[in-house]
Amino acid sequence: MAEQLSTNHLLGIKDLTPQDIQLIFETADTFKEVINRPIKKVPSLRDITIANIFFENSTRTRISFELAEKRLSADVLNFSASSSSVNKGETLLDTVNNILAMKVDMVVMRHPAPGAPHYLSKRIKANVVNAGDGTHEHPTQALLDAFSMREQLGDLGGKKIAIFGDILHSRVALSNIFCLQKLGAEVTVCGPPTLIPKFIHKLGVKVSHNVRETLQWCDVANILRIQLERQDIKFFPSLREYSQHFGINKGLLDSLKKEIVIMHPGPINRGVEITSDVADSDHSIILQQVENGVAVRMAVLFLLAAKRG
Amino acid sequence: MQRGRTILSKEHFQLTIERLCHQLIEQYDDFSNTCLVGIQPRGVFFSDRLKERLTDILGSSNFDYGKLDITFYRDDFRHREKPLKAYSNQMEFLVENKKVLLVDDVLYTGRTIQAALAGLQDYGRPESVELVALVDRRFNRHLPIHADYVGITIDALDEAYVKVEWKETDTSDRILLYPHKV
Repeated sequence: MAEQLSTNHLLGIKDLTPQDIQLIFETADTFKEVINRPIKKVPSLRDITIANIFFENSTRTRISFELAEKRLSADVLNFSASSSSVNKGETLLDTVNNILAMKVDMVVMRHPAPGAPHYLSKRIKANVVNAGDGTHEHPTQALLDAFSMREQLGDLGGKKIAIFGDILHSRVALSNIFCLQKLGAEVTVCGPPTLIPKFIHKLGVKVSHNVRETLQWCDVANILRIQLERQDIKFFPSLREYSQHFGINKGLLDSLKKEIVIMHPGPINRGVEITSDVADSDHSIILQQVENGVAVRMAVLFLLAAKRG
Repeated sequence: MQRGRTILSKEHFQLTIERLCHQLIEQYDDFSNTCLVGIQPRGVFFSDRLKERLTDILGSSNFDYGKLDITFYRDDFRHREKPLKAYSNQMEFLVENKKVLLVDDVLYTGRTIQAALAGLQDYGRPESVELVALVDRRFNRHLPIHADYVGITIDALDEAYVKVEWKETDTSDRILLYPHKV
């Protein structure tokens, strides 16, 4: 097994090796034990300052990162673009350099522009962690998804994973595809043709437009939200029609008569892509995903800090 | 490949563990309100052996037994040549008001023990903590830490390397001294 990450930044799953991913998982296993102790905190990063810079809305990811940082005893700085000088016309690099001038060691950034963390990583000394860049990648979400699947199914080699919903606008989908393929799983994407990128089969994934067949095929169904905020034109006639054709409900699941794991990265639009009785059913590991998110992010931050020397 | 000098053979190894167990029983009697904590990874081989032998001699094991991983408590994890790897932590009890016996194979700079003491704090405030070390390299300490029960004391240079081999993972139980780190 690898002893350290091959990279100094976590920009996307695409840059990671399968050994990197295994190392993150094994480290996350130990952190999961830490966050279930009576005292959920270790002093590893007590000399590290981390800035969480969010140019886009986020609740879950920001809280999860903040908790992970605090559980590692890092000093945390939160910054959101809506209340900053970004509104006064400051560039990304200037904003970040000003923060770094105050001696910050790591930057966790979410930005609406794909590639923004890559741009930053080439120009600053701090370690950069991508917390979502536009429709490109969301590496920690993919890692925690795969980590949660591994908990349920063991080694993911040869396992069948389906990703449902708005693949076109989803950074979670792309990171998930890279991550699962590096771990040897088979991936199918399923959704309306308008929400599936035209050349996605070139990534080596299967494409389906039939929810029932895909559910029948897969071991895990990872269901994504319809990202209305990113859709400037109509991709389907109505939410009602979408949920009729592509929503996953209890009746459909029961009729399959099989073991299946249901996942959702949140936020859930109940009654659209997934009904409440499925989201709250025994098949669903949605809240385990959230718990694992903290452990996986602790592992990523710890391993990147270890590279600072 | 440099050859190590055997400083404790298989026979003496067994005797040393036997002697340590009796020393501990002299101090701790029936081990009530006491817990044995091995430090991951290599201290655990030693603590496993102690636990097994103590249970044999006492006829029961009415003490708690845990394995403590101290990776996240180390102050030097970013200053080492090779990165540290975390091991599983198995502490199913609190040490609040208990007598703790901390167990490690080699006591060298004392930094591992310092980290272990920090880690132990997360499980409560122990009544007392004592240290059992199979090997004490007494001239190489960086911190004011000492062992209360020692298997063998070794006077070696800083560049020397002491390796404890266990029959579970190596060929047999023995302790080797190498002139340089392998």
